Amino acid sequence: MENKKLSAAPLKSVLLYAKPYIAYLVLGLVFAVISVSLTLYAPILTGRGIDLIIEKGRVDFDALSPILIKLGIIAGIVALTQWLMSLCTNKVTYLTIRDIRNDAFKRLEHLPLRYIDSNPHGDILSRMISDMEQISDGLIMGFAQLFTGLVTIIGTLGFMLSVNVKITLIVVVITPLSLFVARFISKNTFLLFKDRSVTRGELTSVVEEMTGEQKTVAAFCHEQDAYDSFAEINERLRKISARAIFFSSLTNPSTRFINGLVYSFVGIFGAVSVISGSGFTVGQLSCFLTYANQYTKPFNEISGVITELQSAIACAKRVFELIDEPEEISDKDNAVLDDCKGNVKISDVSFSYTPDIPLIDDLNLDVKQGQRIAIVGPTGCGKTTIINLLMRFYDVTEGCVSVEGKDIRELTRNSLRSHYGMVLQETWLKSGTIYENIAYSKPDATREEVIAAAKAAHADSFIRRLPEGYDTVISDDGSNISAGQKQLLCIARVMLMVPPMLILDEATSSIDTMTEIRIQRAFAKLIKGRTSFIVAHRLSTIVESDCILVMDKGHIIEQGTHEQLLAKKGFYYELYMSQFCND
Amino acid sequence: MFRLARFLKHYKLQSLFGPLFKLTEAVFELLVPVVMAKMIDIGVKNNDKAYIYHSGIILVVLGILGLTASLTAQYFAARASTGFGTELRNALFKHINTLSFKEVDKFGTPSLVTRLTNDCDQVQTGVNMILRLFLRSPFIVVGAVIMGLTISVRLTLIFLIAAPVLALIIFAIIKKTIVLYKTTQKKLDRASSITRENLTGARAIRAFSRQQDEINDFEQNSNELYINQLIAGKISALMNPFTYIVVNLAIIAIIWYGGKNVYTGSITQGEVIALVNYMNQILLALVALANLIVIITKAQASAVRVNEVFDTKTTISDGRGVDPKATDIAVEFKNVTFSYYSSSDDALENISFKVKKGETVGIIGATGSGKSTLVNLIPRFYDVSSRQVIVNGENVKDYTLSSLRKRIGIVPQKAVLFKGTIRDNMRWRDKSATDEQIKKALSISQSLDFVKEKRGCLDYKILQGGKNLSGGQRQRLTIARALVGEPEILILDDSSSALDLATDAHLRKAISHETDNMTVFIVSQRISSVRNADKILVLDDGILAGVGTHNELADSCEVYKEICRSQNVETEKGGDVNGK
Repeated sequence: MENKKLSAAPLKSVLLYAKPYIAYLVLGLVFAVISVSLTLYAPILTGRGIDLIIEKGRVDFDALSPILIKLGIIAGIVALTQWLMSLCTNKVTYLTIRDIRNDAFKRLEHLPLRYIDSNPHGDILSRMISDMEQISDGLIMGFAQLFTGLVTIIGTLGFMLSVNVKITLIVVVITPLSLFVARFISKNTFLLFKDRSVTRGELTSVVEEMTGEQKTVAAFCHEQDAYDSFAEINERLRKISARAIFFSSLTNPSTRFINGLVYSFVGIFGAVSVISGSGFTVGQLSCFLTYANQYTKPFNEISGVITELQSAIACAKRVFELIDEPEEISDKDNAVLDDCKGNVKISDVSFSYTPDIPLIDDLNLDVKQGQRIAIVGPTGCGKTTIINLLMRFYDVTEGCVSVEGKDIRELTRNSLRSHYGMVLQETWLKSGTIYENIAYSKPDATREEVIAAAKAAHADSFIRRLPEGYDTVISDDGSNISAGQKQLLCIARVMLMVPPMLILDEATSSIDTMTEIRIQRAFAKLIKGRTSFIVAHRLSTIVESDCILVMDKGHIIEQGTHEQLLAKKGFYYELYMSQFCND
Repeated sequence: MFRLARFLKHYKLQSLFGPLFKLTEAVFELLVPVVMAKMIDIGVKNNDKAYIYHSGIILVVLGILGLTASLTAQYFAARASTGFGTELRNALFKHINTLSFKEVDKFGTPSLVTRLTNDCDQVQTGVNMILRLFLRSPFIVVGAVIMGLTISVRLTLIFLIAAPVLALIIFAIIKKTIVLYKTTQKKLDRASSITRENLTGARAIRAFSRQQDEINDFEQNSNELYINQLIAGKISALMNPFTYIVVNLAIIAIIWYGGKNVYTGSITQGEVIALVNYMNQILLALVALANLIVIITKAQASAVRVNEVFDTKTTISDGRGVDPKATDIAVEFKNVTFSYYSSSDDALENISFKVKKGETVGIIGATGSGKSTLVNLIPRFYDVSSRQVIVNGENVKDYTLSSLRKRIGIVPQKAVLFKGTIRDNMRWRDKSATDEQIKKALSISQSLDFVKEKRGCLDYKILQGGKNLSGGQRQRLTIARALVGEPEILILDDSSSALDLATDAHLRKAISHETDNMTVFIVSQRISSVRNADKILVLDDGILAGVGTHNELADSCEVYKEICRSQNVETEKGGDVNGK
């Protein structure tokens, strides 16, 4: 009970989204009432019809034909209202989910990067997609089903009572049994299924590892061990699945059995009532038999819907957690950065991702227009932190970063970022054509501009050799172009926008020689005359920099020019000696 | 799908009894309306209470028998289908393990994973449903018609018209909606791929201030999804109304013509009621069948995908099993030519070289020049297209795969570790390796320091895919893994890409100092990684462009010189590079 109270909030939020479409919802409910009550009326007509067919020579055809015509008309109306009801609930459902999904995505685009960096992408994705589906299937459709179920139950009860009270009681007393049985079974199978999904998860992760990395398995002749651990889990899965599947498949036969009981009892008592001459007719008995068959159905449906609803509410909770996540601090005053030449100043900056682990402490750096800053350090030393602060992906904890003397927190993010060109080592390209990807930095660019940018980035020649040239679609996994070519496209993308400041990340590996040369040339062209921050691996880049930031374990430990740092004989000296001087 | 029926062979009885008991239940179910009709016609008409009670008890007994039969059926079906699924998965897993790299490449590992998990599940569900329901529904339809015939041949004509019409409506709508839901699914997949793209590209998108455009894209797709859902919903919502109309028209016909027959005395009132009941049973059975068809269609598609894997036979299997010869040549390539597919261009062309035991060989060249391909031929991951690769004096094809591969430690390009402790991972080559041996390998691979910092040291638990380690740490551990048990041949396939230059240098130094008898192959893009090798193979578009030491190649090999130039490596004197 308490649980339900707790979980009412997400339900309310969903209903809030459904509010604009309330007319469809109401209309759907009206159609539901009409169709359900007429569906229930039909067996009564059938019963009346049957009462007119008594035995040889005693059939009242004159009275029968209007009843049958009525039955035909009712069938038509039921069909129509059923269809309209579905249309209405579909409309409400899909529109509501569309709106929730759009809002969730909008939120995603404006969440602080901290959220995206610190939450597993798979989890966010499942909130956006599968949880959303569960809401639409369970919550809104469920609501409609719940409603029709209730109307059916109440309606049936009403119709039955209007025909015969005593027999109605039999139905009312026995039917809920099926509900209990169904609940009992589902409660027990729920646990079994939970166990099963845990075991299945185990199996899947073994498969993902062993089959996903089949080549490694083969290389180490590890096949038999892999099979053994797989077969062991598989056997456990077999046992638990056999039980889970068996128990869950009990529901239908059991409820069918109870249904059969109701049917039998109605039959017996009905028949006896007919004999005893209480005015109960054979036709009414037939009508009751139909009801008896139908009556358990809504109960079972409702019990199914309730389980669906519970999981839908849990999903809604997850979705609204995402939607209610606070957005990044909004831009101040729409202050736009214009006339930016590339003077960046970092004053007394402290920063940490988590409050208890300080990372950057009291960093000062004055970068003049056109200067080159190299960021060096061993693998995983936190070079991206600097990029995060410069681009304002994260806000500094203390101190301030300013561009052209303006605190970047006083500027709109868009205007700040539009003055930076960023090429990261982890290249990111959109699924789409090469052309769209280059034009990504400047949507209104002409085709000539795009091609000129590609030429400047030395990307034009390889693009032309692709089957569709600039209109080649980059496949989902990006396998049709190489890592180096991707980087060239990213450079072209920046070339197109001509920013005054650059953030570059030199590639360490896996780029073939010719492309490597092209990338270097493109980089050189790009850097010329622009303020640049380079996560550097190449000696020449580092040596020619105006300032080198040496980082280790997330901290900036040394800072200065190449000569200054060498003279210091500190960390940089060691790094330099071990990296670039072969013994 | 029926080709997979062989996996039921240990469950013959269960798969026989499942449907059998299900049919028994159906028989009991079909008897109910007849008993009820008799109850009305005899019991009520003759005011015979005893007969009514008697029939009532029969009804209850029929119900109990039906329940028992059905539970038994479910039990056997569950046993048989899960047994089937388990054997299918085991067989498939085993089969995949026999496949060579060539076949694995053909499918792609993600696809193999889905086939082994999702597809097998779908087939299992399909088998379960077939055992439970496939015979039942048609049986009920046919049975209802037969029972109808025993009552009145002429009235059963109504069944014979209504049943096919119902079937037609149900299957036409199902067929249409399956197609429509596929397009809906595509839009949903698109929504998920846009989201994924926006998560991985969050920085780039914000850097270019394109959030609003991404939102517009997403919303457009959302709208298309909505419209598709609406259309699909419209069609599938037709099912209930249409079947409802048909069934009621049939009932009207039954009552009308039934009335005429009762008038002439050929049937009774109770029999009319029984006919109406049979009509309802037919409808329920057809709806169940339609749902079943959906499940079977899915299972069928999955079965095809599973069978594709079974149909793919490995092209590489054990040789006759020879022992290595006593020779000082560890590896020799004799005019080796190789192509991945018979149709494609040669990935390696006419490669010949010899490597002495204990030598270090560098392999350098542009991406796609065939470096990885070349080293993959040594452990026989692929078979050469012509001529031969010789290890320890014998053709690699003559060894058994395990005896060949046990001599070789390989570090793949992609640093892959497995769930388990560091120790478990280190014991992949040599199951009996001691902690001492493992620590030695860790120290050579420059990983001992960070391993010591981990909680539990060798007992530190690595998560699936090595997610709790950095890329560089993973890579160093994969190197250690290959070193444990001291392989005769060590292959490093561009396996220092995630390492910074300093660590890379330490690593190479340690390998050359600590492993005197080991023949080492280093594949790399970097001159610095291979320059100290005893022998460097320069590959250019599948052709061996040069073999020699750094100094020799720097003098004579144009391709090598160009690579040096691109990496700012001095070539004139072949001397050290010291910054300025």
